[in-house]
Amino acid sequence: MNDKGMIIAGLIIFFTIFTFPIWYNHGAAAPPPEPELSQKAKAAKTCVEDTAYMRTEHMHLLNQWRNTAVRDGLREYTGKDGKTYEVSLSNTCLDCHSNKEQFCDRCHNYASVTPYCWDCHTYPKEKM
Amino acid sequence: MLEKAIKGSKTYWLWVLALLAVIAVGFMFYMRQLDFGLGITGMSRDVSWGFYIDQFTFLVGVAAGGVMVAIPHYLHDYKAFGKITVLAEFLAVSAVMMCMFFIVVDLGQPMRLLNVLLHPTPHSMLFWDMIVLSGYLFLNIVIGWNVLDAERNSVPPPQWVKPLIYLSIPWAISIHTVTAFLYCGLPGRTAWLTAILAPKFLAGAFAAGPAFLILLCLVVRKFTNFKIGQAQIQALAKIVCYAAITDLFFFLCEVFVAIYSQIPEHLEHLEYLFFGLHGHGALVPFMWLSILLIVSGILLLLIPSARENESVLAVACVAVFMGIWLDKGLGMIAGGFIPNPLNEITEYVPTMPEVMITIGIYASGLLILTILYKVVIGVKEELAGT
Amino acid sequence: MKKSRREFLKVAGITILGAGAGSLINGVSVLSAAESGRKPGLDFFKNSDALKAKRWGMAVDTRKLSDEICEKMQVSCHQLHNVPDFIKKFGKQEKRHEIKWIWETGFEHAFTGRENEFPRENLEDLPVVVTCNHCEKPPCVRACPTQATFKREDGIVMMDFHRCIGCRFCMAACPFGSRSFNFRDPRPAIYDRNPDFPTRTKGVVEKCNFCAERLAVGKLPACVEASEGALVFGDLEDPESDIRKLLAENYTIRRKPELGTNPSVFYII
Repeated sequence: MNDKGMIIAGLIIFFTIFTFPIWYNHGAAAPPPEPELSQKAKAAKTCVEDTAYMRTEHMHLLNQWRNTAVRDGLREYTGKDGKTYEVSLSNTCLDCHSNKEQFCDRCHNYASVTPYCWDCHTYPKEKM
Repeated sequence: MLEKAIKGSKTYWLWVLALLAVIAVGFMFYMRQLDFGLGITGMSRDVSWGFYIDQFTFLVGVAAGGVMVAIPHYLHDYKAFGKITVLAEFLAVSAVMMCMFFIVVDLGQPMRLLNVLLHPTPHSMLFWDMIVLSGYLFLNIVIGWNVLDAERNSVPPPQWVKPLIYLSIPWAISIHTVTAFLYCGLPGRTAWLTAILAPKFLAGAFAAGPAFLILLCLVVRKFTNFKIGQAQIQALAKIVCYAAITDLFFFLCEVFVAIYSQIPEHLEHLEYLFFGLHGHGALVPFMWLSILLIVSGILLLLIPSARENESVLAVACVAVFMGIWLDKGLGMIAGGFIPNPLNEITEYVPTMPEVMITIGIYASGLLILTILYKVVIGVKEELAGT
Repeated sequence: MKKSRREFLKVAGITILGAGAGSLINGVSVLSAAESGRKPGLDFFKNSDALKAKRWGMAVDTRKLSDEICEKMQVSCHQLHNVPDFIKKFGKQEKRHEIKWIWETGFEHAFTGRENEFPRENLEDLPVVVTCNHCEKPPCVRACPTQATFKREDGIVMMDFHRCIGCRFCMAACPFGSRSFNFRDPRPAIYDRNPDFPTRTKGVVEKCNFCAERLAVGKLPACVEASEGALVFGDLEDPESDIRKLLAENYTIRRKPELGTNPSVFYII
């Protein structure tokens, strides 16, 4: 077949594009960022749940929070420490984690996820 | 079989390129809409559905119209239509695809579209519309492709296609019925609140769909070696004629109820469309044009000598198609919102970006249609040995 | 509590069913967390101060209304809920994109079909305030394909802005014109943003929520507080409530009762 050259060229182009992220970063992964705690968060020592749980499951918990608050009208939550928290992203989470750039955005940017929370919810910097 | 679509004349490729260019322009405008929001359209708080939903409703009809070829052929063994059933099926495929595009561009948050599947809601008509439309798309692709493939190999289509064909007939009726149910079950919109809406939609569909198919047949015959005969085209023309008459009849029934009952809520809407209300009458010329087109189309199709002259037939088909497009699209959907529930009038005029996005989607539908028809014609020409 | 647990397991289950190995692993870890001792994400409850009712309703005493009071109610509602003012920001041509939760209109607009050739004196000038009727049988809820708008057990018809896909079927379904769509980003047109309430994003529908967020902490709706007694809010199912007493003492009408949606907003004319 005289299409051999074309096929091979096509394959090369495909693999070049497909592996773009790897060779663009010279094969080295960017170091994972460390989320920074604000003074208030440090002082509190614990979040509504264990740090390990929060780290892996905060998105599920937030999903739970928003569904329960909006749809079931249950706006109070008992944390692991037995304390009661208002079910509110802006008023509870962001009250401690007031440093959105260092706490939220760093990891989200690294993981290339763009939650649309801030399209509607207010974060501390924005409070006018 | 798809390889037939990548071997074509210069004209074919120029046509495909032209369509791609139009799609690209439409897409650019859609990017603007995604960025700014639906505010770049002419829609408003009061007229909250516009051009996109107009086209969606009309094209569901074009898709359903294909059944007017399937019924005579598969149920009444009208053999002449055997030659063109696949054309009707592929027209339905392209029309349903356009419907889906129009729904997506009409959404305020298109990236959340799959919420409809994530939170299935049987009491919402839109949920059912999604089911019947995607089902109809699937049926027509499977049926059309297998029947054509069998024809190419000169064997009868596989046995399992038969039940799908029979299923596709009531399914075609269902897509337009459910589309009508989107509107006619809403308590506050008196213009739509009529049991005759689904029948009227179907009548319009059985006129507009076959009218477009006739035009396509004429084009195919002119530009290719797939010679569609007089018999098919004349039979379709009669279908268009009687369906258009039924559509007009249903419309006049609506007019009678409104005028004789004198109930203001029913009257005001028609008054707005045909005479203008409180000095607002943006749609008046279009509505009269629509009536004029449908009536003259019917007259041309009724007179045998006119119908049998294919130039006249083409004119009549364009008239019926455009007439129903104006009535069902512009008048029925946008007009249905005027006056609003508080008896105030906000008028609707589509904006340039809105029209460009619409044209872009029509171009993408035509592209799908072109590719599918290219395959069909390739197979038919191969069989004819040309 | 039972409900949120069920909801939780359902979500976890859906996650497991979800395609893709990534979500599969996530789902499993959520489940295993749920099975070890205390289960995170389950302990939800209502604030003890929360106002509760079987079916919230409102009575509008138009005799006590004036243009000023209507204005005051609208301002306090729109301010609290971050409702944008496009006309102020972009000019009059933006009226068609206007967002309103509560607004003043005339008798003939609020009560279409009640035209009267010889109306009571000054009826045309009577200020009538309209908002979402929180219907008992809401057509908008029936139409919504994602349950983004839904009726709560206490009768409030709510919007879940996270879920709304912006199809605007609810706007076509609402016979009262109570719903607004975000045709553009509302944020530039919000003056004095209230950080305690979210704004909306472009492409979703919004409307009055009977101040569900205030009821949850024991406060009456903002419009009721601003109304100088013209609005009375309470439980329609409780015969001892103020609203029921008011309804028992006065002849009241509702908007478009013939449509059978059974509005929860009553008017004393």
